[in-house]
Amino acid sequence: MNWLILMLEPFTLDFMQQALIVALLVSISAAVLSCLLVLKGWSLMGDAVSHAVLPGIVLAYLLNIPVLIGAFVTGMLCAVSTGYLTSNSRLKEDTVMGVVFSGLFALGIALFTKLDTGLHLHQVLFGDMLGVSWSDIVLTAVLTVPAFVVIILKRRDLLVFAFDPQHAQVIGLNSTLLHYGLLAILSLVIVASIKAVGIILVIAVLIAPGAISYQLTNRFEHMIWWSIGIAALATVAGVTLSYHIDSAPAPTIVVLLSTLFIIVFLFAPNRGLMRRTVLTEIVD
Amino acid sequence: MNIANTDQARHVTSPAALIRERKALRARQAVDPPGSGIAAHDLSVVYRNGNVALSEASFDIPKSTICALVGINGSGKSTLFKAIMGLVPVASGKVSILGQPAGRALSRNTVAYVPQNEEVDWNFPVLVEDVVMMGRYGHMGFLRRASALDKHKVDQALERVSMSQLRHRQIGELSGGQKKRVFLARALAQEGQVILLDEPFTGVDVTTEDAIIDLLKELRDEGRVMLVSTHNLGSVPQFCDQVVLVNRKVLDAGSTETVFTQQNLEQAFGGTLRFHVLGSSELHDDDDQRQVTVISDDERPFVLYGDGDQDSDSQP
Repeated sequence: MNWLILMLEPFTLDFMQQALIVALLVSISAAVLSCLLVLKGWSLMGDAVSHAVLPGIVLAYLLNIPVLIGAFVTGMLCAVSTGYLTSNSRLKEDTVMGVVFSGLFALGIALFTKLDTGLHLHQVLFGDMLGVSWSDIVLTAVLTVPAFVVIILKRRDLLVFAFDPQHAQVIGLNSTLLHYGLLAILSLVIVASIKAVGIILVIAVLIAPGAISYQLTNRFEHMIWWSIGIAALATVAGVTLSYHIDSAPAPTIVVLLSTLFIIVFLFAPNRGLMRRTVLTEIVD
Repeated sequence: MNIANTDQARHVTSPAALIRERKALRARQAVDPPGSGIAAHDLSVVYRNGNVALSEASFDIPKSTICALVGINGSGKSTLFKAIMGLVPVASGKVSILGQPAGRALSRNTVAYVPQNEEVDWNFPVLVEDVVMMGRYGHMGFLRRASALDKHKVDQALERVSMSQLRHRQIGELSGGQKKRVFLARALAQEGQVILLDEPFTGVDVTTEDAIIDLLKELRDEGRVMLVSTHNLGSVPQFCDQVVLVNRKVLDAGSTETVFTQQNLEQAFGGTLRFHVLGSSELHDDDDQRQVTVISDDERPFVLYGDGDQDSDSQP
């Protein structure tokens, strides 16, 4: 049982156990969210919010308030101001988003270099999964578990909202609440994942599981379960592999997810490139 | 709607039969007034950029009515739909649905909306039956778990549009006509008394078009009110009891016979319509002075023959 020893060996170490737990908390809640982001076309929004949390982190240090609150506030500020600017100008949403989030990110970097916060920029950008404490894990769970539960319970409403907002309105769903609720959950999950994967790589766990599972199924319900399974698998494999090849766990997880994406793109049973090529040849 | 019988139905709906049918309906409604369906009173909608999309629109469509909403692109048809659904703020005036202000009626599932095919993301991971089930969400509890009644209503709705066989298909795998029927089934499952249909005949084959028209007539006879925006001028007299003509304001509204006239259509469409007038000498060997007028937007033409007679020819 050599492979079993290889599998379990990393987790005899405390910090590896902690890394795995925090990574699973983040990746699974991000995975359910990713289904909605991919379907709603909000992938770039995830990227924007994750960059925009940086100035919030720095300012929170300066004002001596919890970092998570600062990060959440600037993340939401980015999402809400993007919506406001889009509906009050002739610019398209992606343009506005690009301006807003790069501006906030740059402001964060500028503040970071100017002020002494005692933080390491590298850890904020890329996470510090191997350095999490049990209190970090508790905090991550407090943010991600409710986000996960809310999305699972209200998945049908969120699906209608993503699929046909006008129908959502006529059957009496509160579109405004769903819109801002989803943005708030997105910001929460991003804030929760700073410690584990950092603000640059969080976008991968926020998009890849949904993008992979979208190619595997024709039903939203199945898409959610596939997404969770894929994220959990990539996380466990990534953390284990990173121990053996002596790399950082977060990028290893992301590389595995990207590899899975390519494999699914090529070989998915109904939509894969290979399958389509075979079908066209038969038709020809 | 029964697809198999539509070919027969097409022959039966001769102009004379249509006029008889409409007269019978009017007679029934005169004895038993159906009450207000959709009514607008001095309705104005102004967008945030200052663009006046609709000004002082007034009309009253009773229940048990199919009403066509006719106008060029950008004439305010979509805006009017959105105002009825409560999706755009009303600058002045009001819209009422079944006698209630629009906002309150909406929370009770009164209005069903059938979108244009272009507005829907057909790659979405939902099956035909999932979409129809969405029509039931307004009747369900907090977690939107389907009851036996909900499932029964979905079965019924799918049956009624002849889509039961295809209920496990992903929506992108359907033809244009089938796609339209899925959303009609959703409106049926929702049990909306007011149904708004946005361009229901665009990209739809002739058989489905007739089947949709038959279904709309059935729904009318059940007491519902339907507002149908359409470019398909030729089919308007075939199934619409009333017409609202819009171009940033309501040009005219009322029964099809009085509103759907050459003069009004010229006013509504300006230069964008194609007119073909076949004069008496090309048409008749004798000295008959009557003309055939063919008015077309982009689909089935509207054909006028003689002086007062109104007819819609199904063969363009």
